[in-house]
Amino acid sequence: MQPSDVARIANLAKLAADASEIDQYASELTAILSMVEQMNALDTTAIEPLAHPLELTQRLRSDQITEPDQRKYFQQIAPMTEDGFYLVPRVIE
Amino acid sequence: MLDQPQGVSIGELAARLRRRECSSRELTADYLARIERHDSALNSFITVTPEAALAAADAADQRLARGEGGPLTGIPIAHKDIFCTQGVRTSCASRMLDNFIAPYDATVVSRLNQAGAVSLGKTNMDEFAMGSSNETSWYGPVKNPWDTTRVPGGSSGGSAAAVAAGLCLAATGTDTGGSIRQPAAFCGITGIKPTYGRCSRWGMIAFASSLDQAGVLARSAADAAHVLQAMAGFDPNDSTCADEPVPDYATNLNDSPRGLRIGVPREFLSPELDSRIAAVIEQAIELLCQLGAERHDISLPNSALSVPAYYVVAPAECSSNLARFDGVRFGHRCADPIDLDDLYQRSRGEGFGTEVKRRIMIGTYVLSAGYYDAYYLKAQKIRRLIKEDFQRAFAEVDIILGPTAPTTAFALGAKTADPVAMYLNDIFTISTNLAGLPGMSVPVAPVAGLPVGLQLIGNYFAEARLLNVAHQLQQASDWHLARPTEQKLRS
Repeated sequence: MQPSDVARIANLAKLAADASEIDQYASELTAILSMVEQMNALDTTAIEPLAHPLELTQRLRSDQITEPDQRKYFQQIAPMTEDGFYLVPRVIE
Repeated sequence: MLDQPQGVSIGELAARLRRRECSSRELTADYLARIERHDSALNSFITVTPEAALAAADAADQRLARGEGGPLTGIPIAHKDIFCTQGVRTSCASRMLDNFIAPYDATVVSRLNQAGAVSLGKTNMDEFAMGSSNETSWYGPVKNPWDTTRVPGGSSGGSAAAVAAGLCLAATGTDTGGSIRQPAAFCGITGIKPTYGRCSRWGMIAFASSLDQAGVLARSAADAAHVLQAMAGFDPNDSTCADEPVPDYATNLNDSPRGLRIGVPREFLSPELDSRIAAVIEQAIELLCQLGAERHDISLPNSALSVPAYYVVAPAECSSNLARFDGVRFGHRCADPIDLDDLYQRSRGEGFGTEVKRRIMIGTYVLSAGYYDAYYLKAQKIRRLIKEDFQRAFAEVDIILGPTAPTTAFALGAKTADPVAMYLNDIFTISTNLAGLPGMSVPVAPVAGLPVGLQLIGNYFAEARLLNVAHQLQQASDWHLARPTEQKLRS
């Protein structure tokens, strides 16, 4: 994995990283992926992928409001709010 | 007052509390004093909550005075700092959540509260449960109470060290790839990771949702049974929680292992394993055979691929789960962001530690366009093969035994520069998580003065069987009674 690949991935993952961190990650991620590629020793063409260990499907519930409004309570731990809204830097000029 | 709190089981203490020979307040104050005295050497707690603990102890004493309460009423425990605790900082050992006061209790926490257990505080862990040595914590590494120059294992290393040092009677943990069993092995205590879905994940900060499971670290199988009993069971708030009845784990503890079919995978007890570890594992298996169990040599042919498959599946799920930490609604926010992208990038870049960022990037990579089939789908196919290996084995045997980890506790710093070497320490525990099976670790004879864990793997929802076999082993041996000396804690 090249530093340019790491920079692209870090951007996709929204992680700020400086040049020295990116070089470090490039060598570590290369080592991890080469360990991961041991999987290729096995032909798995005919195998069905397994997403859930018990192979259960998601349970559904009726579409009813069950939660009370706790906005004020939850916003006590927010970094920045105003009039009940979460504040972020201006997106549209 | 108890002079030797280390030597007493939860069952005995509960009986003393019910007989009013001691109060939960005395017991709780005693444990708080032990934390005060010893934890500076261990760093096993992130947050200690003495006032809340004493208030809970008083409430427990009132219940006990009315003749109410169960086996956990008034018993001091601790929670891994991954479980949300209302009004108490829940950091997940991350700078990202250093300022996070959880607005509600995790289901596991509220169930233990209802059972009357007294929480002493929140234990240290690897950041977001990502690690095998408890060295990735924002609050610094935990030290192993048997040798403070060594790691306690991870990620539930704070819970394991606290239980081993007698700073609480039991603690909650979580296990995504071995995070209960491996620290239990390194610290010489008993740990159980139940079947995926046995305990609710609601309020347990998510790492890899198809693998994460809550469990218990305790000093014996009998103690673990009491705690798991209170934690387990269906919860409508967790859509992956199993709607299966919970048996009474105490009922079968005393069943004889006569006729028990033990499977020993040749991949786990291979010639490459440290011969000293192999010898003490064999000694424990031999003891069960003397009690009437039968040994069968079995094979789990795809187990070597469990670590590679895990390091695709777990990072993929982690990159998705940790997307919620964006600096907007809670957690760390960078100073003076210039725009929204800068807010996200710097809040996450500053809030997460190196190992967490490594895993987010691996996960982002394997899920990115063009790589999904080669990595993620491939890993899910290997995951099926690993599950099928176990299903074939459980057609022939009742339980699978082997080592929990390939080494004893290693030195602090020994593996921090080489992530792959760190990952390979979980070679024996990860396959159980990929298959969703329950697993346990119990202490056997030490090697060079350091604890070694025997791993027990059961079929789906066979926690009662695991606890039974572990208890029988502990009735016939005294390995689980060994404790680090106070001298070691002071050194």
